[in-house]
Amino acid sequence: MRIELNKISDYVWEIPKTGSMLVPGRIYADENIANRLLADVRAGKEWNALKQIINVAHLPGIQKASLAMSDVHPGYGFPIGGVGAFDTETGVISVAGVGFDCNCGVRTLKTPLALEDVEAKKTELADALFEIVPAGLGSTGKIKLSVEEINEVLVKGAEYVIEHGYGLREDLEYTEEHGKIGGADPQNVSMRAKQRQFKQIGTLGSGNHYLEVQYIEEISNPKVAEAYGLSQNQVLISIHCGSRALGHQIGSDYLKILESASKKYGIPIREKELVCAPFNSDEGQRYFSAVNCGINTAFANRQVIAHLAREAFERVFGLPPEEIQMLYDVGHNTAKLEKHRVDGEEKDLLVLRKGSTRAFGPGRKEIPKAYQKVGQPVLIGGTMGTHSYILHGTERGMEETFGSSCHGAGRRMSRQQAKQRWRGERLINDLSTKGIIIRGHSLSGVAEEAPGAYKDVDEVVNVMHLSGIAKKVARLKPLVCIKG
Amino acid sequence: MAFKYLDHEADIGIWASGRSLEEAFCEGAKAMFNLMVDINTVEPIKSISVEVSAPDIPSLFTEFLNELLLLMDTTGNVFSNFGVRIARGKEGYLLHGTAKGEPLRSEKHNIKTEVKAATYSGLKYWKAGGTHNLRCVLDL
Repeated sequence: MRIELNKISDYVWEIPKTGSMLVPGRIYADENIANRLLADVRAGKEWNALKQIINVAHLPGIQKASLAMSDVHPGYGFPIGGVGAFDTETGVISVAGVGFDCNCGVRTLKTPLALEDVEAKKTELADALFEIVPAGLGSTGKIKLSVEEINEVLVKGAEYVIEHGYGLREDLEYTEEHGKIGGADPQNVSMRAKQRQFKQIGTLGSGNHYLEVQYIEEISNPKVAEAYGLSQNQVLISIHCGSRALGHQIGSDYLKILESASKKYGIPIREKELVCAPFNSDEGQRYFSAVNCGINTAFANRQVIAHLAREAFERVFGLPPEEIQMLYDVGHNTAKLEKHRVDGEEKDLLVLRKGSTRAFGPGRKEIPKAYQKVGQPVLIGGTMGTHSYILHGTERGMEETFGSSCHGAGRRMSRQQAKQRWRGERLINDLSTKGIIIRGHSLSGVAEEAPGAYKDVDEVVNVMHLSGIAKKVARLKPLVCIKG
Repeated sequence: MAFKYLDHEADIGIWASGRSLEEAFCEGAKAMFNLMVDINTVEPIKSISVEVSAPDIPSLFTEFLNELLLLMDTTGNVFSNFGVRIARGKEGYLLHGTAKGEPLRSEKHNIKTEVKAATYSGLKYWKAGGTHNLRCVLDL
């Protein structure tokens, strides 16, 4: 297999539109990242990201380009770090463009504490968070919901759990969609999906999900940092998780429905995971509605975890919950109806982001009032041993990537390889000598998430920054990391 | 007969084989649960029945694995021992079977990573020299 990848500028590469591709592939990468992608193709790797970018470029109704951000790596169907925008009249919706974890995303909270306030009590804080925040395989939350209550979560998202005492009303202002996206009809979510969620609200999960206490090591843009209320050495809390088993079941249920739909509507499928339905069809609309339910579940989930994190800070530092404020909550596995300019005209598009953070620039009505002038915060999670970043959305990103950015470092090594190379205990010890406390429910899970198994997050973020898609505001360093 | 794991950057591929199609399905299930716990530590105390159908064998494999994930969440059990019967029906394939295991206990089962779902990615069924083979990518 040969794939042509042409350099367009220092940080943009293109797979030309050939054969039956409807649009070209467009990848944000430096030489190093681009070479790795090509090396995978040359090595004959069956699951390679460039092939997946090409497959997405064949989906009906796709606009401008099949996009990949700088953290791109192979996923299932779509690459991770992939973005596809589809015409709402002629385009499709696919499970692979959202993923099995609807609205997996990051929520970052700002504490009034500085690094030196936390250093001395770091171990106590790690223990409190580990005790209070349920994580890991089979963990259950404190909230047990009935079917009727789950239906309310699916419609009202974070608002529902705030009404029940988990968080502050003002948290909603700083959550994408105010923590409650419309078009969510619980009838489109199976009873099986709801059954899986009875005990899982407010649980972190496992894999790459985490709760991290971080501090701001460097501010790169003081003006935007001020608008976000961020300062040097400030301690932040970041939560990375999604819609838990309910979201997973929505994916599994609709994979079957969309498989039949692909046949019914005669949509040619290049990879089985890319089964899809016309967005405007009954199947497409039902799936979109179910995704919106999953999105609301994830908002509710991160809201409860944020409440639990506030509890831990109150216990250790005597800090009242209202002193810990939201920076933002933003998803990176989503399907969103958005307006974007295509060929000079404003169009209604369905934007699928699979492992890509929305990064809206200044002036977009979707972002909080306080951020209108500078663009939304773009929350990029690193690994437990490296930096995370806060970027801001830009006008350039709106023009080139439908307001989308990378979402993390992106893996470069499989979990199997990582486990062969690293041991959980050793990693935890090594990181503790660097001042980072890890608390995990699974040692093998920690080994799989070894910082070395990921691409260099500094490099990945630099590509976004230097290409102007999303610009750096602050660089964060971990102090405590809770893993499932 | 056997299962093994295939390299995939973000998630993981599983490959399962058996002298019969049924055996390959059971090996696939073991491969999936062994990602979440040490299946050797899971005693087959409780038996839960499983029933799925699909238009073809590869889809039936994904269905089966996703059904087991659902049963894990809804019953609180993890499984290590499987038995299935697969029959061809009018509109495809039907699987009837049992999954045996016990309630998940972190102190007993060496918990590892959660599997979110079995995907259609890399999904394949093939027969070679009397061996039935199944493969798919699991979302972790």
